[in-house]
Amino acid sequence: MVQRLLPTREAEALLDLTRDIADAELRPVAAHHEDNGEFPREVFRVLGKAGLLGLPYPEEWGGGGLPYEVYLQVVEELATAWVSVAMGVSVHVLSCFPVASAGTRAQQAEWLPPMLGGELLGAYCLSEPQSGSDAAALATTAAPTGDDYVVTGTKAWITHAGEADFYNVFARTPGTTGATGVSCLLVDADTPGVSAAPPENKMGVRGSTTAQMIFADARVPGPRLLGREGEGFGIAMAALDAGRLGIAACAVGLAQAALDTATAYARHREQFGRPIGQFQGLAFLLADMAARVQAGRALYLDAARRRDAGLPYGTEAAIAKLVATDNAMAVATDAVQVLGGAGYTQDFPAERYLREAKLLQIVEGTNQVQRVVISRNLLR
Amino acid sequence: MKIAVCVKQVPDTWAEKKLTDADRTLDRESADGVMNELDEYAVEEALLLTEASGGEVVAVSMGPDKAEETVRKALQMGADSGIHIVDDSLHGSDAIATSLVLSKVLADKGFDLIIFGSESTDARMSVVPAMVAERLGVPQMTFANKVEVAGETLKIQRQTEYGYDEVESSTPAVVSVVEKINEPRYPSFKGIMAAKKKPIETVTVADAGVDAGQVGLAAAWSQVDQFSERPPKAAGVKIEDDGSGGVKIAEYLSEQKFI
Repeated sequence: MVQRLLPTREAEALLDLTRDIADAELRPVAAHHEDNGEFPREVFRVLGKAGLLGLPYPEEWGGGGLPYEVYLQVVEELATAWVSVAMGVSVHVLSCFPVASAGTRAQQAEWLPPMLGGELLGAYCLSEPQSGSDAAALATTAAPTGDDYVVTGTKAWITHAGEADFYNVFARTPGTTGATGVSCLLVDADTPGVSAAPPENKMGVRGSTTAQMIFADARVPGPRLLGREGEGFGIAMAALDAGRLGIAACAVGLAQAALDTATAYARHREQFGRPIGQFQGLAFLLADMAARVQAGRALYLDAARRRDAGLPYGTEAAIAKLVATDNAMAVATDAVQVLGGAGYTQDFPAERYLREAKLLQIVEGTNQVQRVVISRNLLR
Repeated sequence: MKIAVCVKQVPDTWAEKKLTDADRTLDRESADGVMNELDEYAVEEALLLTEASGGEVVAVSMGPDKAEETVRKALQMGADSGIHIVDDSLHGSDAIATSLVLSKVLADKGFDLIIFGSESTDARMSVVPAMVAERLGVPQMTFANKVEVAGETLKIQRQTEYGYDEVESSTPAVVSVVEKINEPRYPSFKGIMAAKKKPIETVTVADAGVDAGQVGLAAAWSQVDQFSERPPKAAGVKIEDDGSGGVKIAEYLSEQKFI
């Protein structure tokens, strides 16, 4: 068990609760869902009831009122058990961000309680088939029509596509280009014209549904505009700063799980008459893995504490995401190495961690985009 | 309805449990303390009953300082208040002494029901609920897989090996529950925050009106004289099926007196 520095006894109790839920509800079913590509909607209901889907939002709307420092450690604990679910929590929390940060009080009062209580699961629709890292090139349009917006376009790589109850959709006013014409709309799943394509056949994290979302002349009521017209891109980027920390926490949890698997194996597997962990070549591999895990954890916690203190944290979030996910990839690769042939089979979770770690280097801004963010801030 | 739920802190169910060398009682440092699993079902049942028809739930635990965590857990799940019986003289108490202290603390407080888990995962004796009922002079309604209260009538389904008995009594009564009875809830983060403000009363042996000479290791009717570690797991027997696999398995089971 990871020894954590937590600010209060209640935060410690929350982490205990998280571990209990992870042990009882996540670990026993993770491999089965991953093998079959089944989204565990029921698990999210349990997390919602326990209050784990709205931790960093105000208590006034049913959130936990917790600092990111604590919320992210919950995500990390969930990720040690099952990264699909931890990522789902991070994405859901991200998808509550536009209402919480840019919504009017009326919008917050209407939407936040069911979102934060977990009755409604969220998704975040920014990327498009032709607009990934170049997010400002998005082509989906939201045409003002009477009191409504008519949304047309295709969003890509959407976590919870077809499973979510609401979608944050970033779309541009027709005739605009670049970041300035983008608005953020909160779209109900059952809006006519909204549909999900068949899920992507992913290499890992298959318990989390990813698919395109198709908006075919979907009429979205005017009061579903979050912030003002044209403010959407700023909302999207601010949400991603926070979302990156969620992915960093997922990466650290995943890496911790890989390290734990490798350590346990090295303690028991015997060759040449002793446990393989007693060979320095292997022990040092484990030491490097532990250092990588702890470095990732220290980085995301530092960025989180800056955010909690109201300081700028965009660069630190990008660094945390970059290092934590690259480290997770390295640690997961080495975990397979420690287990040798066994690590390459599906009888052990090491190969699953390896497949899962790869995704974290890609989502919420590829690690190349993180370097763009970091270097741009350096040279500005 | 006023319900007391007795909860016990036990070493983590899956941990290797150890006894101390000093007095051969449980080594509480050797494993994390958790709420006894069946006691979670007892708390859940108390909460379900009071949620349905009103009332209050008091979580009661006897144990060292650390056992307050277990009372707190019951409060996080939704119990209204707690009583923690803590006293150095209680160290090493047997079931008889435990039932004495619990019954003294629980008597005359107006409880309609006193609910226990039917056994603890450390001692596994299942006798404390019956002993407490006997000392309080109230019906003992043990091993319940269903509990219904109507007015002053209590009905339970008492789990047996082949089914269940329907048993009826008046209240107040002592009930112990089996795991079939419900699905315990997780605390929620709101529950964790609410528990912070809920009162836990600390009670000593003297407060309970019990003489310290009646409890603890010295007063226990039985003591652990000596113990040895569980032998390490031996390698299993592997039977290759060359056509006679079934016979060999039967022979093995017969040797081990399973069949």
